[in-house]
Parts: sequence; structure tokens; C-alpha cells
Amino acid sequence: MSVPYALLGLLEQQPRHGYDLKRLFDRYFAPDHPLAFAQVYSTLGRLEQHGRVRLDAIERAEGPERRRYAITEVGTKELERWLEEPLDAEPHLQASLFTKVVLAILSGRPVEPLVDTERHAHLERMRELTALRRTSTLPVALLADYALFHLEADLRWLELTAARVDELRRNLLDVPEVP
Amino acid sequence: MIASPLQTVGSIIRPAATLLAGTGLRKRFGPTEALRGIDFSLAAGEIVAVMGPSGSGKSTLLHCLAGITVPDEGQVTFQGRSVDAMGDAERSRLRRTSFGFVFQFGQLVPELPAIENVALPLLLNGVGRREAVSIAATWFPRLGLDGLEQRRPGEMSGGQAQRVAVARALVIEPAVVFADEPTGSLDSLSGEQVMELLTRAAGEQGTSIVLVTHEARVAAYAHREVIVRDGRISGHEPT
Repeated sequence: MSVPYALLGLLEQQPRHGYDLKRLFDRYFAPDHPLAFAQVYSTLGRLEQHGRVRLDAIERAEGPERRRYAITEVGTKELERWLEEPLDAEPHLQASLFTKVVLAILSGRPVEPLVDTERHAHLERMRELTALRRTSTLPVALLADYALFHLEADLRWLELTAARVDELRRNLLDVPEVP
Repeated sequence: MIASPLQTVGSIIRPAATLLAGTGLRKRFGPTEALRGIDFSLAAGEIVAVMGPSGSGKSTLLHCLAGITVPDEGQVTFQGRSVDAMGDAERSRLRRTSFGFVFQFGQLVPELPAIENVALPLLLNGVGRREAVSIAATWFPRLGLDGLEQRRPGEMSGGQAQRVAVARALVIEPAVVFADEPTGSLDSLSGEQVMELLTRAAGEQGTSIVLVTHEARVAAYAHREVIVRDGRISGHEPT
């Protein structure tokens, strides 16, 4: 699940309120599947429980109380670990891969090593599946093929994204900040 | 980092395991710098996939390693001998006797039946015609080509013709096969058959393969992959 890491990445830029986090998350990571406010606050609660974010300030202007959160050192380390380590190469990773690419761009980290790491992890898994299908019955081999085609699709998407990363960077960074 | 016991680390090549190596390879075509300092090594029996976007330099790398193109800088060694230092005739002999080639298109002689296409490298190496045809014939059942011996390339499917090309590359029992997008013009099933047969037959006779491909499913037949991007191995600094 990439939502906690997306929130950590947004908090790494600067401390933010839950409302801002939701708006930014929807804009950058899930324009077609807006995040529920309840999920933002429950995720922040869990992150706080694990020492990855801390309450930075409580603002009491007119209207309801607003709680501002900041990333902790533990949270920054956890975010870096997640960005650097490959995901378990299974089909349907696009959402997590996309989150990684966008976070790398937003934080000024290079995208190329991330793509290389993910490609290598995908190819390792594909090698295992290719070996499996060689020694399997046809039904198992066809299931392995199913996984192989989906992993290949992930990789093709990743390569295409890597080829368009400059364009994506301009596009993302031109989006005005939430007021 | 690629986990292989047979790998080049930076420019340090492990000599005990290395069959073919390129060190600091640079190649320029006019204003275009196709290779910008590439280190590569291949061990006996190893299959290495060379991947990368179109125009990244992967085919140029293959041509340099195979002695088809001479790099502007750097060195290619095969079994410890410098390929670039050889004269044209010696390099040509090396390609005939120790290397096999599988390309995407048009490598079979259209006028010759399949069996003579397979026998051709043996004939060029001085094997007598009867013996060459006899050796070539043994490859047809191995590659699922029984009964197609007398067909000309135009009378076969793309997958069948490519399997004939695989037989032709392997018939001299080369030390290395250079395969450049060997499944690029085939449908998924034919491509899979070609890769199965190529890697299995190469494995049986200890032949190494340099496999240039942009397809991940094809690269998954290799023991490891190297990524070429803008004339460099991705993740490596130019030498």
C-alpha cells in the first residue's frame, strides 16, 4: 500500500495539514480516485503511532481546530528505504510504481536508479517464472505466462514513464501549490 | 546490483570466468556517439541480455563485441586475445569458426533449401558437402523442423525460418552466439519457441549468448541483463 509513503513524501517537503495532504494526494497520485478524509486521518494516526510523523502544531483560528503534521527522522528514513528498495515484483503494481516515480520527482531525487532497481527486480521474478514454465505442466506454464505478460506490461509502462520523465517533471512542478 | 558470479565489476573483469570482454568501448558515427565507454564481460555458457531503448547503442555494442565493427577506443578480447588487433582476415575467420549470429530479418539465403542454409557455415569452414549436409540434418528434429529440410525460406513461416536461422548459428558449435532481436518479427508463441530452442541447444553445447532485445520476456531467458542507455551501461560511470 503506497498511501502512507505518499503522505510521508508530501510531508518531507514541508509540514502540512490533513486537508492539504488530501488535496495534494488527489492531485498528484489519484486524480480519478480521491482519497477519503477518513483515510488521510487514519493513516496519519498510524504514522504518528509508529513515530514516522509528529504533531507539529494545532492552529485555532476561526472555524475548527487544524492539526499540522511534520515528518520525523524515522519517517524520512522509512520513506528513503521504500524509495530505494524494489517492490515485490507482482502484477498490478502500477499505483505503487507511479507513486514512487512522482515522489522521486517532487523530492528532486533521480528517477533513473529507481527505474533500474525496479526493472532488475521485475526481471529476476520473470527469470524465476520462465524457469518454472519450462518444468511445469501446461496449465501451470500458462499461469506463469499470465504473470509474465503482466510483469512485462509493468516494465513497459515503467520504461515509457522513464522516457517521459522530463516532461512529467515539468508537468508536475508547474501545478500550482495548494494555497 | 546484478547477482551473478560471472560479472564485470566496473572495469575489473574476472579473468577466470571471462570468455569475451569489452573494456572502455567507445564508438562514434559522425556526430553521434553511439558508445561512450562501455565495459562488458561474458563467461563461458553464460547468457546475457543487452537491453535499452532504441538508439541506445545496444546493437553497436553487439557489433563491436562480435568483431563486425571496430571500436574507436577500448578493447575487445576473446579468450584473452585482442579482437581489434586482428587483421580483417583473422577476424573474419574468428566470426566463421567461433561465433554464430541470429538477426531479426533476412539472414537466410532465399534460393537455398533450409538444409543447405544450415549446412552453409560448415561448408565455409571447409567441411565436405556430404558431411555438412549430414550434420545439418541432425538439427531439424532438435528444432522441431522435421520434414522441412527441402523448403526454401519463402515457403516457411516466420517462426520456422527463425528456427532454421538458430540451427545455422549453432551448427558450428560456436563459443558465442550473437542474437540481435531474434524474436522481433515473431508472434508470442513462435518467439517463445525460438527462445526455448536457442537457449536449450546453446546450453547443451556450452555456447554463450549475447542477446540484444527490448522485450522483457525474451530477456528473462538470460542469466542476467545489462542496460544500455545513451551509449553507457546504466548505473556505470564512463571509463
